[in-house]
Amino acid sequence: MSSADAADVFHLDGHDVPFTTGETVLAATSRAGRYIPHLCWHPDFAPHGSCRVCTVRVGARLVPACTLPAATGLVVESDTAELRHLRLRLLQLLFVEGNHFCPSCEKSGDCQLQATAYAVDMTGPHFEEFYPARPVDASHPDILLDLNRCILCSLCVRASREVDGKSVFALGGHGIDTHLLIDSPSGRLVDTDFAPTDRAASICPVGVILPKRRGFAVPIGERRFDQQPISAAEEGDP
Amino acid sequence: MPATSPISRCDPQAVIIRHGSDPHALVQILRELQAELGWLPREALTRVATALGLTLAEVEGVAGFYRFLHLRPVGRYRVLFSDNITDRMLGSEALLQALCRQLGVVPGAIVGDDPLVSVDRCSCTGLCDQGPALLVNHHQVVTRLDATRVAQMAELIRTRVPVPAWPAEWSLVEDRIERADVLLASPPAQGAALAAAIARGPQGLLVEIERSGLRGRGGAGFGTGRKWALCRKAAGTGRVVVCNADEGEPGTFKDRVLLSRHADAVFEGMTLAAFAIGARTGFVYLRGEYRFLLEQLEAVLQQRRAAGLLGSSICGVAGFDFDIVIHLGAGAYVCGEESSLLESLEGKRGNPRVRPPYPTESGYLGQPTIVNNVETFCAVTAITLRGAAWWAAIGTAQSSGTRIHSVSGDCARPGLYEYPFGTSIRRILEDCGAADTQAVQVGGPSGVCVAVNEFDRSIAFEDVPSAGAFMVFDRQRDMFEVARSFTHFFAHESCGFCTPCRVGTALLVRRMDKLAAGHGSPHDLDALFEIDRLLRGSSHCGLGATAGNPLRETFNRFRPAYERRLRSLHLIPGFDLDAEVSIARQVTGRDDPAAHLEQQG
Ligand SMILES: Cc1cc2nc3c(=O)[nH]c(=O)nc-3n(C[C@H](O)[C@H](O)[C@H](O)COP(=O)(O)O)c2cc1C
Ligand code: SF4
Ligand code: SF4
Repeated sequence: MSSADAADVFHLDGHDVPFTTGETVLAATSRAGRYIPHLCWHPDFAPHGSCRVCTVRVGARLVPACTLPAATGLVVESDTAELRHLRLRLLQLLFVEGNHFCPSCEKSGDCQLQATAYAVDMTGPHFEEFYPARPVDASHPDILLDLNRCILCSLCVRASREVDGKSVFALGGHGIDTHLLIDSPSGRLVDTDFAPTDRAASICPVGVILPKRRGFAVPIGERRFDQQPISAAEEGDP
Repeated sequence: MPATSPISRCDPQAVIIRHGSDPHALVQILRELQAELGWLPREALTRVATALGLTLAEVEGVAGFYRFLHLRPVGRYRVLFSDNITDRMLGSEALLQALCRQLGVVPGAIVGDDPLVSVDRCSCTGLCDQGPALLVNHHQVVTRLDATRVAQMAELIRTRVPVPAWPAEWSLVEDRIERADVLLASPPAQGAALAAAIARGPQGLLVEIERSGLRGRGGAGFGTGRKWALCRKAAGTGRVVVCNADEGEPGTFKDRVLLSRHADAVFEGMTLAAFAIGARTGFVYLRGEYRFLLEQLEAVLQQRRAAGLLGSSICGVAGFDFDIVIHLGAGAYVCGEESSLLESLEGKRGNPRVRPPYPTESGYLGQPTIVNNVETFCAVTAITLRGAAWWAAIGTAQSSGTRIHSVSGDCARPGLYEYPFGTSIRRILEDCGAADTQAVQVGGPSGVCVAVNEFDRSIAFEDVPSAGAFMVFDRQRDMFEVARSFTHFFAHESCGFCTPCRVGTALLVRRMDKLAAGHGSPHDLDALFEIDRLLRGSSHCGLGATAGNPLRETFNRFRPAYERRLRSLHLIPGFDLDAEVSIARQVTGRDDPAAHLEQQG
């Protein structure tokens, strides 16, 4: 099979989606300008498969589209009532796990979690809130880390390691106590060589890693996902 | 850093050098450092990170993943009560409370920088046939706990008697073999199966294993011969054989006995696999709870090397080079899942990998790898010696050979029972002296619950499959509490990688606890089943996918145990105001009626 073989297509909700050898269903879908909701996947990085929001149906199986190798003739269902409901519940799990007070969040309107929640018609948390006690790290002169909003997608971990060559972040703990670690003796961001120009500084899909002194430069109502729903937005960093 | 920095008590460098400064040995290095230091101070993590070329956060992330590695001080005596339901049925909770009372400590709490003792619970230690059991300093076990033992233990701890000087009979681990069939009765003579395999050649051996119909004993039941054939023909250099001795499924202890009694048959099975697929490297992933077996296993390996059955030119065959390293786990059930196991072997957090690629294509350090259960390797040795036809004639058409059951719970004779596949549950219950049985949990919490009207069903892949546990519950037992205990187990063991399991198992626990506290409503049952569906539909690995099994399996059979806990047919909030002020009560030392909010209802 040559990688430029135009006959290589799979079927997503009745549409033909072309793919190249080695591509995943989500990568090909995204390249074709179609939308499958996702949070921990980013076109520039290897898939992680942890948020499960991109779960699709292939026959009897439910599988994440981000790690599913595309194959000729594969029949993939994504935009169905079953999967919209599954994604709604997964997003609600992420919301109750952290502390997300959208109206006071600098990322509101630019946030993929919030925008994806709109895309699946989420109106409330459904599950009981955990209200975890999570720290805010304001030690760095230019960057604020508000871990209350972390969804453990590991994009910052991957970006800092693979693009910035710094490995400023890592995941620690286990189970419901899984959390983001900062690589410095003090465990605080100020003692790392993190810089606002790092790729990792702009990758966070939610409002954890934020530039300081840039409060509400774009008014709420005029932000990225206020302009158009996430399903129509360009893939990539906010 | 306090003046008495614990790191002054040991030299991390020596441990690191002993492991060739290999970052893939990180879990082993941390485990050994902690054995000397008691816990892992940041200073020690920093030195390890520097020496291995890792970041401090990476090392901290790995250490924080494993339940038996500690980033904060713990007691110099670290006592962990095995918290399987079978331990509880034998009175473990009262004994834990008694020990805590006598030592003046609170379960799970750590006070001060260098406390004398800390007491907590851990997942099943695999000693269900001689419980209640506990683990001290992640090394020594104490079995058959009773009030006398606990009182004496409190005294030994208070007077700071070192654990190795405690009464030897406390740590006696019995190999209770109650019914032996072909595997347990007659372990083959050392080296005999290897000689037979060499006569047949690798391809001949592979054909023999495939023809035997042997399916893996670790749970999934994948054809062993097929797995080996896939690995043999995979592209890529190097081949690795891994023995999965993580035995983390609560209620399972057959692998412990096999390793203790038949280590030669296990190692020989691994060597046969190496011969068949062309591997030079072998690992045994031994669960941390079985640390007490390490020295005797190393001795068997040493003896096999001396006998020319491991090392280079095995049995004098030029080019047949293979050796085995034992890797100790550090308290993580998920590391029994084969791809998590490989991550852990590589010195990382034990998160399951994305598949494909499967381990047979890309496993340990990218090399094609087979992972098989301890019992599978024992069977391989027997089959190689006595032939595929002999094995296939035992059991049923779809499930050849025998299965070893770890029997525990309400029965007169707990221990190991080996039967041909196709044996009925009733027969096993009769043999182990179970009376007035209400249910059997087959295959552990992730397995199935079988009620009285199903006792004529048989253990086989095509009927009631089993990963080896057989926990018996009589009519006195509350099956809701059984399910609640198992639900806690899954939440405690979730690796935290994927959303549904990380958050969903925590929510299951909250709801089950709410029911247990008598605050449940039918709405909570609906919510529980909804989370179960979410877990089954979207979890990354089998842990999350089966975490709702105890709920579903027991609810379908023992509905009244749930229904009598429902307080009303109306919704009752999950938020308990009175519980929320418990911290204030603790701080003020009050527990009088006036310090409680009025109970509703
Ligand atoms: C959460 C989880 C835990 C597991 N624990 C074990 C275990 O302790 N021992 C084991 O042999 N297999 C365990 N397995 C199954 C392994 O992934 C794998 O299928 C098995 O080791 C393969 O060996 P076999 O083919 O000989 O059965 C576990 C699987 C899951 C999903
Ligand atoms: S900080 Fe942001 S990018 Fe990093 S893991 Fe958390 S949510 Fe993902
Ligand atoms: S299902 Fe649970 S144990 Fe498995 S990867 Fe997800 S969080 Fe980890």
